[in-house]
Amino acid sequence: MASIEIEKLEKSYGHVSVLHGIDLDIRDGEFIVLVGPSGCGKSTLLRMIAGLEGVSKGEIRIAGNRVNDLHPKDRDIAMVFQSYALYPHMSVAANMSYSLRLRKMAKEKIGVAVASAASKLGLEPLLERRPKALSGGQRQRVAMGRAIVRQPKAFLFDEPLSNLDARLREQMRAEIKKMHGDLKATSIYVTHDQIEAMTLADRIVAMHGGVVQQVGSPLELYDRPANLFVAGFIGSPGMNFLEATYAGGSVKLKDGSGIEARLPTSIQEGSGLTLGIRPEHVVITSDGSGRRAAVELIEPTGFGIILHLSLHGIPFKVFTLDRQALAVRGEIMVSFPPEYIHLFNDEGTRIG
Amino acid sequence: MKQSLLPIIAHRMAILCYIVFALFPLFWLLKVSVTPNDLLYSEGVRMWPSRTTFDHYAFVLRHSAFPTFFKNSLIVSASTAVVVTVCASLSGYALSRFSFRAKYWIVALMLLTQMFPLVMLVAPIFKILSPLGLTNSLTGLIIVYSAFNVPFATFLMQSFFDGIPKDLEEAAMIDGATKFTAFRQIILPLTLPGIAATLGFVFTAAWSELLFALMLINGNAAATFPVGLLTFVSKFSVDFGQMMAAGVLALIPAGLFFLLIQRYLVQGLTAGAVKG
Repeated sequence: MASIEIEKLEKSYGHVSVLHGIDLDIRDGEFIVLVGPSGCGKSTLLRMIAGLEGVSKGEIRIAGNRVNDLHPKDRDIAMVFQSYALYPHMSVAANMSYSLRLRKMAKEKIGVAVASAASKLGLEPLLERRPKALSGGQRQRVAMGRAIVRQPKAFLFDEPLSNLDARLREQMRAEIKKMHGDLKATSIYVTHDQIEAMTLADRIVAMHGGVVQQVGSPLELYDRPANLFVAGFIGSPGMNFLEATYAGGSVKLKDGSGIEARLPTSIQEGSGLTLGIRPEHVVITSDGSGRRAAVELIEPTGFGIILHLSLHGIPFKVFTLDRQALAVRGEIMVSFPPEYIHLFNDEGTRIG
Repeated sequence: MKQSLLPIIAHRMAILCYIVFALFPLFWLLKVSVTPNDLLYSEGVRMWPSRTTFDHYAFVLRHSAFPTFFKNSLIVSASTAVVVTVCASLSGYALSRFSFRAKYWIVALMLLTQMFPLVMLVAPIFKILSPLGLTNSLTGLIIVYSAFNVPFATFLMQSFFDGIPKDLEEAAMIDGATKFTAFRQIILPLTLPGIAATLGFVFTAAWSELLFALMLINGNAAATFPVGLLTFVSKFSVDFGQMMAAGVLALIPAGLFFLLIQRYLVQGLTAGAVKG
């Protein structure tokens, strides 16, 4: 196990720059999730840590040693690929033991290591099978087994669950979390699924356009998103945004109505703002207070209900556990509790 | 659901016609090879002679230089197939996986070599090989055949390598393999169908090549069997019976070879076509 430090890391292909100065300190045993939309550079960053992509500028250190110029095989890390990348011509046992055989480990030791990894993952009855004869979930387990069979300095996961169906994904997610609890191994996990990010991470690294947007615990990102991108990316359904201006000491919405919000001390009169509120924090009022919104669509999810509204002509979502919302028609009244309102300045940065 | 019989019959008939069309020359080869000389011209066109004989085979095997031709052909074709497949595996892998500066031009150049009619090149090649003492030698033939087959075989192998996900090598490298170990232990075993297809393709191409064999070889000692077949043509007559018998015998190794690799070949030729 080891810490990983990334300093001013840059990556470019020819003239196209995909990572712009990434700084990240990953502590020993920490579970880090890199999250972001496709093309944000998260997979590139992971592959650079693995040594599968070269470093254009900056430095990567594993356990304090600079690894920029080390081959993947000399970095002592393990990786689980999205496609699993199992060797099709080898049995499950041979797949799992390949790294140990390359290291010329004694046969008995290999046997013990494979058996213990297989028992952790419930793969014992499958050891002689070829990958072709396994289901998707079983293949995923073998890919995990191949990673944990040796004790590497770190585990890298490149969207390992995205080829599984929803039920299996949920199950494997829990197993990965449990395994990390047991092994306490430094792990870096790439995903575009924010539920995976929220549930697995000690710290989430939200990325966009090759730049780290925010690093923090899942709840920090949920409660205090640093900018509009993080606010919109974390949470499902996504946060609602309303344009507003700061005028006369209060926040005014487009329709001119004022709204109560906790304002920062330094704010310029007349400056543009974006107001954000999560669908689950919007309150549907029945006493006539709040603002009027037209109901356009109702989506029951079983657990709760998503109401698609139109507020000043802007699409707006509300998530509620109240089953009575299923019956609403026409217009309803909603209010925004001030403690749940996020404010962003016109550059998209959080100000309150 | 009850399928109507007519389309099925039409379908089968079409296949039958095709098979008859494709195999009839082979049948004729066989038929002539077992027809005694006295019946060859006297019976007119018949599907099968009234009396068959294996005399032609016996003569070809015992009294002609055919065994030598056969041995030469085997040496040339097998060596060419191995040399080309080894070169094409390495170069195909490079084209599939690495990006290097002159890649585009190398590919273009390789394609260009495929566009020249071979006849144009006979004289220059003779001129090159002759001072090197490589005319009238099997080594010379192997070199020439290899040179001509490597470009196409490279493209063939490249398409097989393209079909193997890059993840597999990357996984192997993270597991602790060097690039070459990953190639040898992971990629190569998965390319076996492609290798079989390439071997088979090059082997048959070399086995039946006539032009260069004819131009670069004189005398029976180093002649391959397509050249050897011509020795049955003399100034005043053609010994069809013996020629056909020799032809049938020459088909046997090629047939056996394909029987051995046909499973890989079918799998191989389609595997390269569609990524999957």
